[in-house]
Amino acid sequence: MEPPHPFAVEVSALKKSYRSRPVLDGLALEVARGSVFALLGPNGAGKTTTVRILATLLDADAGEVRVAGFDVRTQRGDVRRRISLTGQYAAVDALQTGEENLWTIARLAGLTRPASRQLTAELLERFGLTEAASRRVAAYSGGMRRRLDLAASLVSAPEVIFLDEPTTGLDPSSRLELWKIVGELVDAGVTVFLTTQYLEEADRLADRIAVLDGGRIVAEGTADELKRVVAQERLELKLHRTAAFGELLARLNGRVLDANPVERTLSLASDGGASDVRALLDEIDPDRTTIEEFAVHKATLDDVFLNLTGHTAQTGKETIRV
Amino acid sequence: MSEALTLSARCLRISRRQIDALTTSLMLPVLMMLLFVELFGGAITTGGKYVTYVVPGVLLLCTGFSSGLTAVSVCQDASGGIVDRLRAMNVRGAAVLSAHVAASIARNAASTTLVIAAAFALGFRPHAGLLGWIAAIGILLAFVAAVSWLAAAIGLLASSPEAANGFTFFIMFIPYASSAFVPVHTMPHWLQGFARHQPITPLTETLRGLLLGTPIGSNAWIALAWCAGILAISIAAAGTLFARRTA
Repeated sequence: MEPPHPFAVEVSALKKSYRSRPVLDGLALEVARGSVFALLGPNGAGKTTTVRILATLLDADAGEVRVAGFDVRTQRGDVRRRISLTGQYAAVDALQTGEENLWTIARLAGLTRPASRQLTAELLERFGLTEAASRRVAAYSGGMRRRLDLAASLVSAPEVIFLDEPTTGLDPSSRLELWKIVGELVDAGVTVFLTTQYLEEADRLADRIAVLDGGRIVAEGTADELKRVVAQERLELKLHRTAAFGELLARLNGRVLDANPVERTLSLASDGGASDVRALLDEIDPDRTTIEEFAVHKATLDDVFLNLTGHTAQTGKETIRV
Repeated sequence: MSEALTLSARCLRISRRQIDALTTSLMLPVLMMLLFVELFGGAITTGGKYVTYVVPGVLLLCTGFSSGLTAVSVCQDASGGIVDRLRAMNVRGAAVLSAHVAASIARNAASTTLVIAAAFALGFRPHAGLLGWIAAIGILLAFVAAVSWLAAAIGLLASSPEAANGFTFFIMFIPYASSAFVPVHTMPHWLQGFARHQPITPLTETLRGLLLGTPIGSNAWIALAWCAGILAISIAAAGTLFARRTA
């Protein structure tokens, strides 16, 4: 037996443009076997394009992509036998029952009739769909559809599973359920490559996170490593309307993490302890007239994202950085 | 081959459950027949009973419409992510699309039977032998296959199922400007050229000849050439579009 390839996904210098508008501009990443990798980025960052190229559905303009050890361009069939893709829209038929959907996919994956029947029953059981098995998918909830979609993607026993925004549009409890399932997949030794615009999701699921912005990876590491990029704790202040915002910014030159003159908010690094917060408040506002509100925050991946890309993850809204 | 069979079973299950589309493609032929024979038929003189004249045209109109619906179902698959899943599973495009075409042929078999039954009820009395019927069914099959493949290609090209649906109306309009419902020589001069040189006229004349014994001439070969041409171009186009489709 040949030794297993150490990386499930290897991408270097990947480029893709649509009508001369570059979407991916020199993307590079590596995903270890059996790990969960999250590609994090706002809408339009190129996440779906990346997944489609990795899943052999779209040709890149330049660069090298290997999935499960095979080149997606020259060894397409080998790659396809080892992957599955769950896209943004549940790829199941509303007019077939859950059972019929899985059966169809199992037969297409080349399983015999008895094997298809057995696997279908197993997957329905595992994804909590046994009771709904003979109901049409049209009558399923969003969470049930997603579960069926994931079950369908496991039919071919893939080595690498691509999940493109798996929880977009799901209610919070369905999301939690899906996170649990992803955890189980990893326990079974599968490599999961997911995209998300939710920082919390990347934080919860992924061993490693890459932040995609402007067609490139702007940061990569574990959630903790990324959080270390910004201050551990931050003191957020909201100033009175009467306060001289610009003057204060100038005075605190270099210490402000970010600021918004319209909202009249700014934040500073702090260790979060009472004495440090008190000292900072006294320093900024000795007369006790400037600060309206304050709050202490633990660094989140949102902060990381903001710091790296200059805009927030979910809205893409521009924020002024100092 | 087993891929295509599995997918055909899927398409047929889904077709059977699309109650609205199913009702339309089964009711439409019967309504069309009643409309032309009972409402218009009295005012149209074609020599002989109008029901005899119009049945081949209604058959083509209805099979054209029903085949056109393939565009909608292919487009639904392509825009709903199913095609992506199948492509990533290395399922061949030919299997996916021929399954849709096979389901279309099955739907048409049902609606054609209904049209012919309705025609008999309204007084249609063909004098074709077994061979004539087999040949007529063969010509219809060629037409259904050609339009279904064309519809499959359109379905891959269309941006949404609603847009794909527009194609079925286009296909439904074509028979009106042919010899299907009125003789071509009664049309304005500028339309006659189009009416004579579009596929529905030779198809209609061939069906009439096979079922009723009117002269066929070169119409059968022209009709088959049209079907073969549309089929070849559509299959090639659908194959290319399937490989490139980006949902």
